[in-house]
Amino acid sequence: MYQAIVFLPLIGSIIAGLVALFGSHRAAMAHAPREGLAHGHGDHGHGHAAPVGGGAVVHGTHHEPADSHDDHGHGRDDHGHHHAAPGSRPAELVTTGLLLVSAVLSWVAFLTVGFGGAETVRIPVLPWIASGTLSVDWAFRIDTLTAMMLVVVTTVSSLVHLYSIGYMSHDEHRPRFFAYLSFFTFAMLMLVTSDNLLQMFFGWEGVGVASYLLIGFWFQRPSANAAAIKAFVVNRVGDFGFVLGIFAIFVMFNSIEFDTIFANVSDVAGQKMHFLSWDVDALTVICLLLFVGAMGKSAQFLLHTWLPDAMEGPTPVSALIHAATMVTAGVFMVARMSPLFEMSPTALTVVTLIGATTAFFAATVGLVQNDIKRVIAYSTCSQLGYMFVGLGVGAYSAGVFHLFTHAFFKALLFLGAGSVIHAVSGEQDMRKMGGLRKHIPITYWTMAIGTLALTGFPFTAGYFSKDAIIESAFASHNPVAPYAFLMTVVAALFTSFYSWRLVFLTFHGKPRASAEVMSHVHESPLVMTIPLFVLAVGAVFAGMVFSGAFIGEGYDAFWRGALFTGAENHILHERHEVPFWVVWSPFVMMALGFVVAFLFYIVSPDTPRRLAAQHEPLYRFLLNKWYFDEIYDFLFVRPAKWLGRFLWKKGDGWLIDGFGPDGISARVVDVTRGVVRLQTGYLYHYAFAMLIGIAVLITWFMFAR
Amino acid sequence: MMDITSLSGLASFQPELVLAIGALAVLMIGVFVGERSTGLVTVLSVLLIAGAGLALYNAPDGAAFQGAFVLDAFARFMKTVALIAAAAAVVVSYRFAKDEKFDRFEYPVLIVLSTLGMMVMISATDVISLYLGLELQSLAAYVIASINRDSGRSTEAGLKYFVLGALSSGMLLYGASLIYGFTGHTSFDGIAAALSSGVSVGAVFGIVFFLAGMAFKISAVPFHMWTPDVYEGAPTPVTAFFASAPKVAAMAMFVRATVDAFGPALGDWRQVVTFVALASMLLGAFAAIGQRNIKRLMAYSSIGHVGYALVGLAAGDQAGVQGVAVYMAIYVAMTLGAFAVILSMRRADGAVEDISELAGLSRTHPVMAFILAMILFSLAGIPPLAGFFAKWYVFLAAIQAGLYPLAVIGVLTSVVGAFYYIRIIKLMYFDEPAPAFRPVPGELRLVLGLSGAFVILFVLVAGPLGNAADAAARSLF
Repeated sequence: MYQAIVFLPLIGSIIAGLVALFGSHRAAMAHAPREGLAHGHGDHGHGHAAPVGGGAVVHGTHHEPADSHDDHGHGRDDHGHHHAAPGSRPAELVTTGLLLVSAVLSWVAFLTVGFGGAETVRIPVLPWIASGTLSVDWAFRIDTLTAMMLVVVTTVSSLVHLYSIGYMSHDEHRPRFFAYLSFFTFAMLMLVTSDNLLQMFFGWEGVGVASYLLIGFWFQRPSANAAAIKAFVVNRVGDFGFVLGIFAIFVMFNSIEFDTIFANVSDVAGQKMHFLSWDVDALTVICLLLFVGAMGKSAQFLLHTWLPDAMEGPTPVSALIHAATMVTAGVFMVARMSPLFEMSPTALTVVTLIGATTAFFAATVGLVQNDIKRVIAYSTCSQLGYMFVGLGVGAYSAGVFHLFTHAFFKALLFLGAGSVIHAVSGEQDMRKMGGLRKHIPITYWTMAIGTLALTGFPFTAGYFSKDAIIESAFASHNPVAPYAFLMTVVAALFTSFYSWRLVFLTFHGKPRASAEVMSHVHESPLVMTIPLFVLAVGAVFAGMVFSGAFIGEGYDAFWRGALFTGAENHILHERHEVPFWVVWSPFVMMALGFVVAFLFYIVSPDTPRRLAAQHEPLYRFLLNKWYFDEIYDFLFVRPAKWLGRFLWKKGDGWLIDGFGPDGISARVVDVTRGVVRLQTGYLYHYAFAMLIGIAVLITWFMFAR
Repeated sequence: MMDITSLSGLASFQPELVLAIGALAVLMIGVFVGERSTGLVTVLSVLLIAGAGLALYNAPDGAAFQGAFVLDAFARFMKTVALIAAAAAVVVSYRFAKDEKFDRFEYPVLIVLSTLGMMVMISATDVISLYLGLELQSLAAYVIASINRDSGRSTEAGLKYFVLGALSSGMLLYGASLIYGFTGHTSFDGIAAALSSGVSVGAVFGIVFFLAGMAFKISAVPFHMWTPDVYEGAPTPVTAFFASAPKVAAMAMFVRATVDAFGPALGDWRQVVTFVALASMLLGAFAAIGQRNIKRLMAYSSIGHVGYALVGLAAGDQAGVQGVAVYMAIYVAMTLGAFAVILSMRRADGAVEDISELAGLSRTHPVMAFILAMILFSLAGIPPLAGFFAKWYVFLAAIQAGLYPLAVIGVLTSVVGAFYYIRIIKLMYFDEPAPAFRPVPGELRLVLGLSGAFVILFVLVAGPLGNAADAAARSLF
């Protein structure tokens, strides 16, 4: 069964990939692409991340280039004719069908493992590496954590596949899209099922590649290519940490299989290891290195810059990869390694600190963004921060539970946003929307449900998971717990505000789109609304149904050791003993955020503008995302470019080419010119040359002999 | 005293006798039948050369003319190559001569006479017989260089060749006289015996002059100056002839003289050969890059290849001579193939010689382009083609003899040389096609096909050829 869950998406991907390969070959014969890939990068590398000066701010011509909007073939026609590649329909049906099967099997697995009491099993697939003491096999490790991730991944993925049939229906490269999507799913499943760190890394990199390919899916667009490269490069930083962490684990444990590692944690605890010329606590180093990897993949503070830009990809991709699944891989990894993290308070403190900062930081930026997808992207970033706070304070199950519920409502929000974009002809700027409620009611209501769940309205999914994290943060003994509590509570306020702001700006008020656009507004087809319904059900009930098992009284029976908590870790009990005001604070914040948003965007829509004008520096600071892109541009990108340019122009061009190939060929040509000139055609010159020749030889023998 | 009345020693001289008597007979036919006989004379000349080959096969090893002439394995090897080349040169010239209206019956006869001279050169073991063969070969060559006497370029080529050839002959004779004066011998054995008891400065001077005269014949730098002009000016089939058979004979003569006669003075003549080899390789590589005319390019190419062959000779041992023998055989095959293509470069309005005319040949004449590409790769020395093994043999010999600088520079210059060969391939395969050439005549197809097969499938004959060359080299030591 598990083989089927993991490999069905791969089969689908291969089939769709073959269709894309042969189909696109034929399509390429029909009409050559207009724009080469070549200018996809280079100077545009971070062009759209660069600031646009003050003038752009108050009236806010959004600093996106005009063509960054989601292009699913409605408003734009720059692909020429939308000839779908041949075999698009079979490719869609095969991949979607296989994923639905995979999803059903995953639910079966989840119920069996989580509630049926099945033991943790290890399912070997293939031998892989046996080198010295390193022995790694392809194998599945199936415990509750894996089963839960299987459900999340395959459910969201199958719904996104289904949704994409409608959303991408105007795109000519659908087989390629579905091949990538299924490949992503396969890689993600490899990641979550792995029983060792190397296989996990394989999945980790696989989803990275899929993410890169899908962000840059519309490769004709320079900004998409730039975003894809940025995502890939920033993730490289994290992955480097992850790899070092794996190396360190192998050094300390002499194995990278989870069973062996977890069994020997107590032996390694307290040992020192030599790292960067210091002797430091081995587990702390390992955990911090692993966490660097998690930071990259889960877009945590300092390594978050790629996630908002990743919205260049098609919206279903954002829903699947950049909201529900891949970005939670970091959370999953930390949860998986909980036996190690639990032994290193320092590492947990760092996790909490970074998580809390991210939650707050991303929420603040989300307050002022105008691009509907970017708001949700920053929201995702912020929610990932919550998850890490949960992990950092020792409430692993709370963090993972939030991962679980978040997948439903955030995928719902993204797909809803996609439906909105679909309706308004590819527009993404919320200031050009408004008044869409009547026109697209299904989208409106499902997104409202998603918003309720995100903001933590009582008894929706987010209410259970988020409040659990906030309470755990308060109850924790972690040194930065007060900070984390404060940040998460404030972030809850912001979350509520920007979420309702999104809803109000998009669906309420007067239509701000052009009459022509409004006349085209239509509800999405059934194939796109069904996933919305399903996810809305999840967003409402996922918390209620599963909270008992995940973080409540069913904890032990449900997890059965898949998440490790130390002997002194009673956080899940302690969180029930927090003061009354702590329990109510998230609700108050949520309500407050709603009220403020209502005042700002329904009652007196002028207020935000005035406020922005009053506090312009702050507004600009937030609008420009704390100037992170600019700082990184200054600190890393420009020096790197300068260095690259230097090595290219001076090192390679001047030094190596100049004295190497170019220099030598120039000298050869010089010599040739000289030699050819000797050949004058005059007989006496030739005779003279012969005589000179013999004279030289004779002279040589006269003196040198 | 020489007893020329005794015919007992002439058994080994059979091939030369066939050529000599046959040439006179064919000449008679030509004279009596007139210009109409050119076709007949051409056919007979080829048969004559084939007959000489047959005679060579049957003739026993041995000396003649009191040791002035010898037939040994080395001579057999080199003569076989030279005869094949000469026959090919006659074959490829007939139609060209007709097109260019210089199809005179003297032409094949002159080639046969020149071939006779080469045969004598190859077998000469006496300074006198060497000079005899050399002059016979050269005088015939001077005439056929200007055989197209209505063409200014052809006559100019013949005149230049003649004047400079006379100068070189003078050098050679002067060297021979010095050698005779200081050793008291004209026979190679006698010279070697005299030199083995000490090499005087006078003898060295003689050797240097002698080598200079021979270097002219193989167009080694700095005695090469005639080569580009004569190659370009002479009618193309004549150039093909000059580039192949006489080079083999002159190289054989060079090898035999240095090894047999000047063997004891190895340390001295090796310096000359090394210098000449280096200069030839360098000049051949660099000067060819500047050429636009394919015949001039082939001239520099041949200069370069002579340099490589001399690398083998510089080793001065059996392996080196074996290398030279293999090199010349492969060189002749490649050169004839290349000239078969050059002879095919003909449109309705006449022959063309510019390299750019080959542009896009892969589309107009794909098979020819492919074979030429293989030949050019082979000339550049790219494995597994024949040219690679040629260079392999000589460089290996040089390394074994400890001549590292020579081998290293040889490899480097062959890199430079590869440029101009490969540029032609690029031209043929990647550039916009020039107008197609006229259909290629059968005899050129034959030569091109044989050359291409030899070059491409060389690995199949590498063993036997290497063994034959080994036997040839052994007979000199």
